[in-house]
Amino acid sequence: MATNHSSRDSLFRTFSIAGSWLWLGLFALLPTVVLLLVAFLDRGEVGFFIPSLTLDNFRELFGPVFLSVLGDSLRLALLSTLVCLLVAYPFAYALAKANPRRRPWLLLLVIIPFWTNSLIRTYALILMIGAQGMVNKLGLALGLIDVPLEILYTDFAVFAGMTYTFLPFMILPLYASMEKLDPSLADAAKDLGAGALRTFWHITLPLTLPGVVAGCILVFLPSLGCFYIPEILGGATNMLLGTFIKNQFLVAKNWPLGAASSSVLTLFLVLLAVLYRFTSRRVAANMPLRASRNEE
Amino acid sequence: MTGCLKRLYVWLVYGFFYLPLLVMFLYSFNTNKYTTAWGGFSLKWYASLLHNTAILDAALNSLLVATCAASLATLLGALAAVCLKRYRFPGHRALAIGILLLTVSPDIVMGISFLILFIACSIQLGFFTLLISHTALCAPFVAVTALARLAEFDERLIEAARDLGASEAGALLHILLPLTAPAVAAGWLLSFTLSMDDVLISTFVTGPSFEVLPVRIYSMVKLGVKPDVNALSAIMFLLTLSLVLLARVVSQLRRKTA
Repeated sequence: MATNHSSRDSLFRTFSIAGSWLWLGLFALLPTVVLLLVAFLDRGEVGFFIPSLTLDNFRELFGPVFLSVLGDSLRLALLSTLVCLLVAYPFAYALAKANPRRRPWLLLLVIIPFWTNSLIRTYALILMIGAQGMVNKLGLALGLIDVPLEILYTDFAVFAGMTYTFLPFMILPLYASMEKLDPSLADAAKDLGAGALRTFWHITLPLTLPGVVAGCILVFLPSLGCFYIPEILGGATNMLLGTFIKNQFLVAKNWPLGAASSSVLTLFLVLLAVLYRFTSRRVAANMPLRASRNEE
Repeated sequence: MTGCLKRLYVWLVYGFFYLPLLVMFLYSFNTNKYTTAWGGFSLKWYASLLHNTAILDAALNSLLVATCAASLATLLGALAAVCLKRYRFPGHRALAIGILLLTVSPDIVMGISFLILFIACSIQLGFFTLLISHTALCAPFVAVTALARLAEFDERLIEAARDLGASEAGALLHILLPLTAPAVAAGWLLSFTLSMDDVLISTFVTGPSFEVLPVRIYSMVKLGVKPDVNALSAIMFLLTLSLVLLARVVSQLRRKTA
């Protein structure tokens, strides 16, 4: 947009730019720098850390303890992200294609669980899958099972909890990318003789890829870092990354190790953000007619 | 036929979302202490919450933090949105990307980095530390949503006002603000919800003298199913529900006036 000379000398301009940078600096840059610094420090005898530089914390990340925590966490987070994607994709597509008059209401029904406290939704799940839960009651009543299933306090319960809690976080970005989809593109592919599968693979999927990546960021990262879902629904056997990090700060008091292990989350954040940038650029480049040209 | 299947699928997913919440809601009215059987309708678990001073204190603390953090976050978020929309300056892209990254940055990382920062600066954990970190959590969301609404805004309106002699701040105050007020209000409501719900950050930055509701609920939930937790959770769900509906009504206002 053209900024004319009169706005350039404005006091408000300086104030708003400086103010925005100030809060981003205080809320994001400063804490990140401090976290990174502590990850390279030694664990203190009395304090939480002492000012002597070391790489020991990162070395410990390659030890058997942390690798097994990381392996379990990655497995569960990947699985729930994948299942969320498989469930959410057709759902979001159906929503985007729904009657425009009903669409806002259908969307609202996704936004409500999106904003509802995840802790409360996780708790509500206990009422379903616990030994006295609805699933067992229904199964026993219908004669499908003879003894109550042990679902709660297993890995499966943690997976179910993550899928249940984070599914709306996958649906909404997918829906946003599908809403922008130009239906004439798919029609054109069909007119040219492409089958439904080919149209999906060559038109719909590539154009909704930014939504897929955004959804994966919003499901995968919280699944990896959240500690209350495994602590409420999971068994006592396997510790996951979120609990590991939390324990270093609140129980073991090994802050440098906790800071170093959180770098795994930051690393995935950066990787996925780059992937998002890449896919959305490709979409913008392939859709010159609808791409936003007013950016520069 | 496929239409039928599609509809069935959509409602199955909705059932998956709402069935557990519905069951929790029903159990909160159950006379029986355990979920083994339905013993009849009762409001006693809600009444017992009113006598639980620990919960009431935590709820009051949470309301205070959420109100202050949402207000501060709305101010900062709106400021950033206006500046990103209105001006071009060196570092414009970096600022936009930084704010966007903050919205997806894992909460637990935010929690521990603020904990380190507060301890390093010897700031006592409590109201102030919660306020700072919740503002940091919410402000990027306000900025991103406000910026999305501002995308539809025609900047020639401001240029016209400037040409007619309005000052920059005056033009923004009289033209941009009224048009974006509903979006900003919706941002406040959603920030309030975020702050009321946060466990991951609050666990780290709150002190023993200042307990907040989500952390309190978490320590109760860890012990398993309790009827008063059902009642408390039902109240929290209804609060979120009304805030989301209110945010929706408020943002619809804009479409009618603009």
